[in-house]
Amino acid sequence: MTALLRQPWIWSWLAALAVWLGIVGFTGGQGGMGVITAALTFAAFYVLVALGQMFVVTLGPGNVDLSIPACMTLAATVAMKLMAEANHLILLGLAAAILVGLAVGAVNYALIRLLSIPPIIATLSSSFLFQSAAIWYNRGLRIKPPRALADFSTGMAFGIPSLAVVVLAVSLLLHLVLTRTIYGRRVLAIGQNPRAAKLAGVPVERIRALTYVMCGLLAGLAGFLVAAFSGGAALNMGAEYLLSSIAVVVIGGTSVNGGFANVPGLWGAALFLFLLTTMLNTFGLGADLRLILTGLVIIAVIVAASGRRTAP
Amino acid sequence: MNPQLLRSILPAASLAALLVAIFWLQPRTMSYFGLNLLLNLAVPIALATVAQMFLLCVNDLDLSIGAFVSLVACIAATWLNDTPLLGIAALAALVAAYAGMGALIELRQLPSIVVTLGMSFVWLGLAVMVLPTPGGKAPDWIRTLMTLKPAFVPFPIIASILIALVVHFGLMRSSYGAVLRGAGGNPRSVARAGWSMLRVKVTMFALAGLFGVLSGIALIGLTTSADANIALRYTLLSIAGVILGGGEFVGGRVSPIGAVIGAMTLTLAGSFLSFLRLNPDWQIGAQGAILIIVLALRVLISRAEAKA
Repeated sequence: MTALLRQPWIWSWLAALAVWLGIVGFTGGQGGMGVITAALTFAAFYVLVALGQMFVVTLGPGNVDLSIPACMTLAATVAMKLMAEANHLILLGLAAAILVGLAVGAVNYALIRLLSIPPIIATLSSSFLFQSAAIWYNRGLRIKPPRALADFSTGMAFGIPSLAVVVLAVSLLLHLVLTRTIYGRRVLAIGQNPRAAKLAGVPVERIRALTYVMCGLLAGLAGFLVAAFSGGAALNMGAEYLLSSIAVVVIGGTSVNGGFANVPGLWGAALFLFLLTTMLNTFGLGADLRLILTGLVIIAVIVAASGRRTAP
Repeated sequence: MNPQLLRSILPAASLAALLVAIFWLQPRTMSYFGLNLLLNLAVPIALATVAQMFLLCVNDLDLSIGAFVSLVACIAATWLNDTPLLGIAALAALVAAYAGMGALIELRQLPSIVVTLGMSFVWLGLAVMVLPTPGGKAPDWIRTLMTLKPAFVPFPIIASILIALVVHFGLMRSSYGAVLRGAGGNPRSVARAGWSMLRVKVTMFALAGLFGVLSGIALIGLTTSADANIALRYTLLSIAGVILGGGEFVGGRVSPIGAVIGAMTLTLAGSFLSFLRLNPDWQIGAQGAILIIVLALRVLISRAEAKA
C-alpha cells in the first residue's frame, strides 16, 4: 500500500475518484456510468496532446510546446478539406493530418536549433504562423468529417468509447517507449542533467528533434480526431488544449523541471479535469464560479503534490 | 561596427525601421494625431510587458497576465466608477494576491507556469462575475488622463518614455534592483549573501501585479468600456515584447527600456500590416514572422560577437 502511495501518478487518480464520488453522491448514484463514458472520450483528447507535451516537458526546464493548439487546428483544417466528406478519402485525411503534425514539429525544432531561442518563444512565434495558415486555408468554411469517420469517433467498442480505445493503445505504446526503449531513457537522462547526458554519449540534439516532431505528430492526430468527433474543424478548436495539456502533464505527476515522467498519471489527471468541470456543472454553478473553482483546485492539487516530490 | 553595440540598439533599430516603413506607406501618419492613433494602444501593452518582465527577471513566467488585465479593466469600468473606494480596495487586493502568488511559488518551490495558469482561470472567473456582459463605463478621470493632448509630443510617447525611465532607474540603477536582478541570475548566491529570496519574489510579483493594474486602467481609459476577454491576448504579447526588447528567458537579464520598445514594436506591427493591405488572414502570422526575424538577427549578431 505504501509502495502504491509513493507512485507519482496515484494522486491524480485519487483526485479523479474523489470528484467522481462527489458527482455520484450529489445525483444519488444516477448516471454514474454515463459520466464515466463521457469522461473517457474527452479525457482521451486531453491525454493524446498531453502525451506529446509530457515528452517535451521531460526534456528539462524551458521545454514547452505552445504551438499544440495551432497545430491541431491546421492539421484538422487540412484533413477535413482534403477528405471533402468522402468516406474513401479518410486514410488520405489521416495521413495529411499526421504529415502536418510532423512538419509543425520539424519547423519548431528548426527554430529552436537555428535561432537558439528558448522553445517557449520558438513554439509561440511559430504558432502564429500555423494559426494564420489555418485561417487562410480554411476561409471560414466548416467542412464536416466523412460520415464513416464521424460514426467511428462517436461510436463504442467493447463497451467503451472507441476513441478512448485508440488513445489507450497509443498511451500503452508510449508508456513502453518511455520506460523500455533507449529513446525513452535518453529523454529522461537529458531532463535530469543535459550535460551529463551529453558526456555519456547521448545524442542530445537528435533526441530533442525527435521529441518535438513526435509532439507535433500527436497534436496533428488529436486535431484530426477532435474535428471528427465534433463535426468539423473550427479555428478555435485547439484553444482549450494549450492550458490543459500543460495542466494534465503536471497534475499527472510528471516533473515540470524535467527528468521524471509517467503515462498513467496523464489519464488520472485528464479524467480529473473533465470530471471536475462536470461536477461543478452538476452542482448548477455559473460559468464564473466554475472557472474560479477550476483554477483554485488546479493550484491546490499542485500544492498538495509538491510536498512529496521534493525528495525523490 | 562592434557587435555588442549592435545588439543593444537592435530593439530600437527595429522600432525605427518599422516606423519609417509606416511613414513611407502612409505619410499622413507622420503627424501629431497620426502618431497618437498609432501608438495609443501601446501604453497598456507596454505596462503589461513591464509586468511580465519583472517575473521573467526572476526566471518565472506569467501565463495569467492577460486574464488579470481583463479583470482589472472590468473592475475599473464598474466598481471604480460607481463606488471608487470599493474599486481601489479591490485593485489593492489584486496586487496583494499577486504578492501572495509569489510567496506561494517561492515557499513551495512551485512551477510558476502552472500556478499562473491556474490563476488565469480564477481571474477570468472573477472578471465574468464582476461584468457578466460587455459594458461598464470608464471613470472620467482615467478617460481624461488617457486622452490628454500635451503640446508637441503625443501623450503615448511621453507615457512610454516615462514608464521606461521609471522602471529603468528602479530596477537597473538602484541597489535593491541589482539584488532583484541577481536573484534571477543566481538565486543561491543571492540567498547566501543574506538576502531573503521570499522577499525578492514577493516584491517582484507585487510589482508585476501593480503594473498589471496600471495596464488595465490605461486600457479602460482608451476603450471606455470593458468585457471579460478584453485583454486575453496580452499574455502572449507581453512575453513577445520582453523578448523583442532584448530580454533573456533566464538569468535575470532584462531591459525595461527594451521591453517598452518591444511593446511599441508589436503595436506598430499590427498597423504596419494593415497599411500593407496584407490579407487579414496573415496578420497574426506576420506578427510571428516579425518576431522570428528579430530573433534571427539577434543570433547573427551573437555569432559575430563570438567571433570578435
